[in-house]
Amino acid sequence: MNKKTDYQQDLASIRQLMEHSVKFISLSGLSGIMAGSYALAGAGIAYFMIYDGNTVPSIAPYQQHPDLVLRLGAMAALVLLLSLATGWYLSLRKAKKLGSSVWNTTSKKLLLNLTIPLAVGGIFILIVISNGYYDIISSSFLLFYGLALLNASANLYNEMRYLGYTEIILGLIAALFPGFGLFFWAVGFGVLHIIYGAMMYRKYDRV
Amino acid sequence: MKNPYDYFDRVLEHRMRLQIMGILTANESYDFNALKELLQATDGNLATHIKALEREKYITVQKGFVDRKPNTRYKVSDRGRTAFKKHLIAMEEIIKSQKK
Repeated sequence: MNKKTDYQQDLASIRQLMEHSVKFISLSGLSGIMAGSYALAGAGIAYFMIYDGNTVPSIAPYQQHPDLVLRLGAMAALVLLLSLATGWYLSLRKAKKLGSSVWNTTSKKLLLNLTIPLAVGGIFILIVISNGYYDIISSSFLLFYGLALLNASANLYNEMRYLGYTEIILGLIAALFPGFGLFFWAVGFGVLHIIYGAMMYRKYDRV
Repeated sequence: MKNPYDYFDRVLEHRMRLQIMGILTANESYDFNALKELLQATDGNLATHIKALEREKYITVQKGFVDRKPNTRYKVSDRGRTAFKKHLIAMEEIIKSQKK
């Protein structure tokens, strides 16, 4: 009898280790919730920068005010920086709690797999902006982000793969509705991050 | 399967060896320090078990340098992968047969 439970324990511990050896377990669901909140706040401020009152959403404001695009870009960069800083801090904290390190084989692989599609997307978006194709900026953000998550999904919890799929679908829908980019951006980077972050927090963070 | 012990591998009986094999099966390669951290093992203990797996040719060793520091990476061999799979099947069969 003793042997049986031993083997069951062995099998369970191996399964867990195999998962931990591949996945970046220090990523906290709280990071998603915080990143989503920053994105929503940023989108809210951006809304008032673009639309004064009851304007119908369209790409006209961007075409008329090129400097507006620049200010929106700065806002997006700020949201990104805040999210990354928060994510880094929370991962450090969780890693400490789990007794592991943040900078390991898994996180290096994860970073590489995320960075390549994101860098391609970033360059592509810069080209899109410089050509004045404002109607597909938001959709490009969502599509490349979703593809980056899929590319890195081997080293992430499964929820992140579903987040990737959702971002891609949303990105495609956004491409169908030019002028509503800000709203899709707010849903994709704000609402979805909060939902998936909360799901991950419930499942993995309450150790 | 008539006798699960046909697949049972004495070399893999230690839990840590089985854990090392699991990690190497799930990843393309893994280095010594990462293994040490994940398994929360001491240098000596981990090295002993790795030596045993190496002797059986279950894993291959690659010595190299990262930032001028010595870095040893391990990979599972085909032989090791087969042995690991068989041993897991044996463990599952034993659990099943004891449940009856």
